[in-house]
Amino acid sequence: MLSALFYFLLFFFFFFKALFVYKYILLVPRGLIMLSNTEKELIIQIWDKMIPVAEEIGSEALLRMFTSFPKTKTYFSHLDISPHSEHLRCHGKKIIQALAEGARNISTLTTTLAPLSRFHAYQLRIHPTNFKLFNHCIIVTLACHMGDNFTPVAHAAIDKFLSAFSAVLAEKFR
Amino acid sequence: MVAWTDEERAAIQGVFAKLDYESVGLESLTRCLVVYPWTRRYFGGFGNLFNAEAIMANPNVAAHGVVVLQGLEKALKNMDDIKNTYASLSELHSLKLQVDPGNFQLLGDCLTVVIATRLRTEFTPYIQAAWQKFLSVVVSALSRQYH
Repeated sequence: MLSALFYFLLFFFFFFKALFVYKYILLVPRGLIMLSNTEKELIIQIWDKMIPVAEEIGSEALLRMFTSFPKTKTYFSHLDISPHSEHLRCHGKKIIQALAEGARNISTLTTTLAPLSRFHAYQLRIHPTNFKLFNHCIIVTLACHMGDNFTPVAHAAIDKFLSAFSAVLAEKFR
Repeated sequence: MVAWTDEERAAIQGVFAKLDYESVGLESLTRCLVVYPWTRRYFGGFGNLFNAEAIMANPNVAAHGVVVLQGLEKALKNMDDIKNTYASLSELHSLKLQVDPGNFQLLGDCLTVVIATRLRTEFTPYIQAAWQKFLSVVVSALSRQYH
């Protein structure tokens, strides 16, 4: 009788533990579930190539965004974002490194990016449309650097990845 | 009326001068149909649009790519009055083709990416800024006649 109760409690415990895990699977943004294995490999390949030139790529993407969409500069009044400035290079490098890390942890993006997500929501409070503008400039930078190697399929994969990444960064906004 | 500086005019004309309408048109439309698959809804009569290879090889897509770029050339030749130049094109897209204007931006973005892959470091942030301004005027003019 007691052992039956014990086994019942054991089952109860594991059942609820499974529910907690299931909750995290449900929290994964839809965008990630739509990435095929080929696309995930392509994404990792591309970001791995960008890590050694993270400063160059990151600062160029930021400069493109500030030049084409001047309103985005309003979030950087605390930094010197003139071309080739130390701040611009440093900040660009941080962003590319975060993206590369996200690429290596696509299936756990929500947990990997949790601190960055809180930072963007509660401290930076960026208007959500700006994510799209920056993603576009990252893609243009990649296209300039990779030329024809930035194929339509690679373009689609990166666009999906950046959308999913931005969605996670913006998910705590409200 | 949009105000263009001399540098902006030169930048935009410079970009156009380097474009091969056939290959850029085809690749831009292909990228749009691949990266944003919902845009395929407007090309039901084009045949096989199932994957990137099929789209790139599709003669209807190639022909239409040239049409799009020729349309943009019209805007280039009338930069000081794109709004009126595009009045009938805008009506065509809204009343006859019934295209959601949100998609104009997407095709514009794909065109920008193709230009970047062709021009590479020549497509500097400053030239890109002028180009983005041109595209935003074009998109706005195309979106005007929606009622």
